[in-house]
Amino acid sequence: MAEDTGKIDVAYVAHLARMHLSDAEKQKITAQLKDILSYMTKLNELDVSRVEPTAHATPLSNVFRKDEVRPCIDPAKILANAPKQARGLFIVPKIVE
Amino acid sequence: MSLHALTIHELRGRLRRGEVSAREATRALLDRIQSVDGKLKAYLWVNPDDALAQADAIDRSGVARSQAGTPGPADGPSLAGVPIAVKDLINVDGQPCTCGSKILNGHASVYDASVVQRLRAAGAILLGRTNMDEFAMGSSTENSSWGVTRNPWDLERIPGGSSGGSAAAVAADEAFAALGSDTGGSIRQPASLCGVVGMKPTYGRVSRYGLVAFASSLDQIGPFTKDVEDCALVLRVLAGHDVRDSTSVPQPVPDYTRSLGQGVKGLRIGLPKEYFIDGMERAVETAVRVAIKKLEELGAEIVEISLPHTEYAVAVYYLVATAEASANLARFDGVRYGLRVPGEDVIDMYGKTRGAGFGPEVKRRIILGTYALSAGYYDAYYLRAQKVRTLIRQDFQKAFEECDAIVTPTSPEVAFKVGEKMDDPLKMYLSDIFTISVNLAGICGISVPCGFTGHPRLPIGLQILGKQFGEETVVRVAHAYEQATEWHEAKPNL
Repeated sequence: MAEDTGKIDVAYVAHLARMHLSDAEKQKITAQLKDILSYMTKLNELDVSRVEPTAHATPLSNVFRKDEVRPCIDPAKILANAPKQARGLFIVPKIVE
Repeated sequence: MSLHALTIHELRGRLRRGEVSAREATRALLDRIQSVDGKLKAYLWVNPDDALAQADAIDRSGVARSQAGTPGPADGPSLAGVPIAVKDLINVDGQPCTCGSKILNGHASVYDASVVQRLRAAGAILLGRTNMDEFAMGSSTENSSWGVTRNPWDLERIPGGSSGGSAAAVAADEAFAALGSDTGGSIRQPASLCGVVGMKPTYGRVSRYGLVAFASSLDQIGPFTKDVEDCALVLRVLAGHDVRDSTSVPQPVPDYTRSLGQGVKGLRIGLPKEYFIDGMERAVETAVRVAIKKLEELGAEIVEISLPHTEYAVAVYYLVATAEASANLARFDGVRYGLRVPGEDVIDMYGKTRGAGFGPEVKRRIILGTYALSAGYYDAYYLRAQKVRTLIRQDFQKAFEECDAIVTPTSPEVAFKVGEKMDDPLKMYLSDIFTISVNLAGICGISVPCGFTGHPRLPIGLQILGKQFGEETVVRVAHAYEQATEWHEAKPNL
């Protein structure tokens, strides 16, 4: 993974993250990530071919609960924090023509 | 001693005997905040009327007086009348919650986090919101959108982070205790740099329902307190299973106060040889070595252990944590809450909102995390990091076969100056070197004061680690050490 770390396309990754960056930000992040990613190449020193990945540290799996109707937070209270709302709904720009 | 300078266990005695009311305790802190927080900026929000109304309700109910001294179950009123500060990413119904970010400017919580419900049930007063690095990303609290918090021991220096406001508030007697969150050291490192006690419980010990998520496989809520006894008291209230957090573990909560005064005789304490490295500040190494001697004098057996994959922890952490963060922070898109910057279409709106709302460190980490998860890089970065995480976990499992607790420095350095590391993110990341493995392994740890540098006089922290659900041993060792020293009694001049 070391070879291409100089070529990280920050503009493309910013698009994947749906986050606008200015040209100055792109430049700065590109330079900083180059340093950070070359530090990450440390991980190549280890042979992990026989190691299972850890997603989280406690051995819990398949935590179930009953699927039942319970009281929820008052929708009006939730909508009070919305940037734009009407008639009990969040208002967003048109998505489908 | 002034009321604001008391510990919780001292205050409870006075409340129980009726010498002090919850209103007086709250008033004392509000006065203290009024007089020192202009310099420190530990708090983002305090509402005196709201806090005093909570205090009056406790006084009217009489629970502080009749029951505060009785050691009871976790949901008993064991913190009745005790004002506690909350880091600005844990929801308290009706109070602002901005996560230190302007993308949530003006946001008010619509529900209580589970830990807040537990504090309320225990009679605590939710005093206010403390400053933090934006979305808990940082080691200095300089990444807050609302300004830097200052270290009470030296106003030119940072308090540590990301829970810097909570640490500074407790160190400056502006709160009897505070809640923080710890993803890679965000409770223990600021506790160390501010000279207070801070604990990261085992992953799954405390419910995260109502904590705004940063890295879900690492985040844990824990307390800042003035001493270890208070830590045990608050932890007993916070800990326990919660059906609303599927990562919380259904395991009984011991009474941590029973671990107090047990001493360390017969305990084996491990020193990881990889943690005593070049680059550590001389004063830190000296203080920690002296502390280890003290534990030996108190009857502990000191054994050398090895955590061979220590040097890979920072790389693993900054891949796993940023990958998880890039997914968790997708929810800040201008639709349901917070800032919205209008755009030509919905995608443009997301981009503009997030571009305007997030600060530089958050953007940097979202980019790194998104990159690590993107097609073509997932196996090389994210998956590899998760595999090395397994090796780090196994290191601790093996180490705890040879010892009951592990002792290390909390941070390789004391509080640094505001601005000193802001232009070098990698250098900032490396300051977490002793704390992050603990989150990767899901174990528990505490930082307790263990000395000071000369000039300027800055606190040094000792980190004590326990295995998963080993909080009782951690409290036991921390209390024995603390009671044999006087570091926890020192107060900054403000």
